[in-house]
Amino acid sequence: MNIHEYQAKSLLKQAGIAVPAGCVARDVDAAMKAAEELGLPVVVKAQIHAGGRGKAGGVRMCRALEEVNRAASGLLGHVLVTAQTGSEGKTVHTLYIERAQPIARELYLSLLIDRDAEAVALVASTDGGTDIEEVAASHPERIFARPLQHGPSDVLPDLADFLSLPVGQVEPLVGSLYRLFVDKDCSLIELNPLIVNDQGGLVALDAKIAFDDNALFRHPELEAMRDPLEEDPREREARKFGLNYIALDGRIGCMVNGAGLAMATMDIIQLKGDRPANFLDVGGGVTEEAVAEAFRLLLGDVHVRSILVNIFGGIVRCDIIARGLLEAVKTHPMRVPVVMRLVGTNEQEGRRLVKQAGLDVRWAGNLDEAAEMAVAAAREGDPS
Amino acid sequence: MRSLLDARTRVICQGFTGRQGSFHCEQMIAYGTRLVAGVTPGKGGRMHLGRPVFDSVAEAVKETQAEASVIFVPPPFAAEAIIEAAVAGIRLIVCITEGIPVLDMIRVKAHLRAMIRPPVLIGPNCPGIITPGEAKIGIMPGHIHQPGCIGVVSRSGTLTYEAVAQLSAAGLGQSGCIGIGGDPIHGMDFIDALAGFEQDESTRGIVMIGEIGGTDEERAADYIRKKVSKPVVAFIAGATAPRGKRMGHAGAIISGGKGTAEAKFAALESAGVTVERNPTLLAHRMLELLGS
Repeated sequence: MNIHEYQAKSLLKQAGIAVPAGCVARDVDAAMKAAEELGLPVVVKAQIHAGGRGKAGGVRMCRALEEVNRAASGLLGHVLVTAQTGSEGKTVHTLYIERAQPIARELYLSLLIDRDAEAVALVASTDGGTDIEEVAASHPERIFARPLQHGPSDVLPDLADFLSLPVGQVEPLVGSLYRLFVDKDCSLIELNPLIVNDQGGLVALDAKIAFDDNALFRHPELEAMRDPLEEDPREREARKFGLNYIALDGRIGCMVNGAGLAMATMDIIQLKGDRPANFLDVGGGVTEEAVAEAFRLLLGDVHVRSILVNIFGGIVRCDIIARGLLEAVKTHPMRVPVVMRLVGTNEQEGRRLVKQAGLDVRWAGNLDEAAEMAVAAAREGDPS
Repeated sequence: MRSLLDARTRVICQGFTGRQGSFHCEQMIAYGTRLVAGVTPGKGGRMHLGRPVFDSVAEAVKETQAEASVIFVPPPFAAEAIIEAAVAGIRLIVCITEGIPVLDMIRVKAHLRAMIRPPVLIGPNCPGIITPGEAKIGIMPGHIHQPGCIGVVSRSGTLTYEAVAQLSAAGLGQSGCIGIGGDPIHGMDFIDALAGFEQDESTRGIVMIGEIGGTDEERAADYIRKKVSKPVVAFIAGATAPRGKRMGHAGAIISGGKGTAEAKFAALESAGVTVERNPTLLAHRMLELLGS
């Protein structure tokens, strides 16, 4: 789960890490009022769950109230397209107004999960405020990266040396960050930039925090930070039914059990010359209710031109898949052909139910055939 | 792979009396797995599926000399269950549980690394291990497997079944199938499984199924180049997956430009692996390799 910069900064502040004074604003008046209270100059920052905001014009320095007015009205309700949002961009609903900071140096500091080392790792750089992946590619010597198998204390002297800072200044910052990471089950804490101000103090100028979805059960307090406006409504709806759904930009709807098989099904559609409209994993315990919801999602997607169902379970009951489809078409007419490849039990009963209902379901013997049939079915709708 | 699991292996189940544990243990027993007992704290002394239930793994090991354990314990308690099995002297731990927090798994792995004789851990979030015709520990449908000569190792569950069904239909069968799981921090990896199949006398070829995310496949490619003489056919799921979107499995995400299917295909190809981009042609490719 991702959160906004202003939420991340409130967690940092609670952890004792210095952040600039700031206020949240959801309309232009509130932005102006915040700027007056904070004192000019201020920085007006669009709050969306994506990086690259600065380059896309989502972060604006304002020296006069008139500029705050212009920045806020130019951002709120408008779509911001950054390098990380995709071409459709993200609508700005919230602004964070911060007092501008005097900057002496810009650093980079993050904690994340290192899969190879099987530990939390610390990454730092003397080149903060820029794209850290570019720095890593062009100047690897400017990157400090260490796994923290035994906590952060082992690396502190080297880190302080690398950043040209006193150990006494690095230690409390990294210690607090590490505790926050572990206490809240984070998957990422990234300060970019972490600045040294004109007084020599360390201040987190930008902050990104993400949490491990698997650990949310033990952090009910984090649920309040979830921003439904940042999530695809279909993905949110799907999650309620235990479905794992991700919208993509193709036209063949997919319903599969298992994440790996779902990805492989998307891949083979592409191999056959078309594109998947979504990733959809119905999970292991396939129920009629979940299957019905999955069909509603696919049938309700106007981009979908054919549907490919690929279920391989051995113990999955094919009649449940059929019943789910029958339930879904009560509210969502079956406007596109459905190709089914089912390996499980009760296959005859499943076929009988679908046939009885007179639905355009085409049965495939294997995945290769199923993908070809789904691609051909999607083409039936093409203008000749 | 008989060195890990055969019909004589004594197996227990943690989370035995739950819905999942009960269902899959019945299936395992029906397949021929020597399931000797179960563990559910607070339910010790009862019988379930005709097997004794114990309060702890240590008791179960003492009374039954169990060597392997399959874990169906819910995510909040699964990490402790793995450590309990390891401490009790279980040598093969198969953790089926999906949704264990990453930091919990980091703690488990640190614990295992510190042991003098650490157990083999498979998973979490995996289908388990099967030696066809002998025994299975996990949730895979037994009937699609056939005793044979191909070792299968995979990060995925149902995609493994797809490959298994192809190998059975082609008459090749399987010498063993191991699902290493879809989580970022896990037990056995591709290299461990590849090493096992390379040693295993009944294995003539290996099918390897990876996914986007991480660098396990790249490291496996390096290992294959140096140490594996048997033919390997590989598929990587997720060539069409967009960056930054987690594709169901916690481990299946392309982040920071790393972990793409293309990078993994390229690494495997350069190591002499037969890469197949159509997941329905894996057995076909293997037949070609073994025929020549």
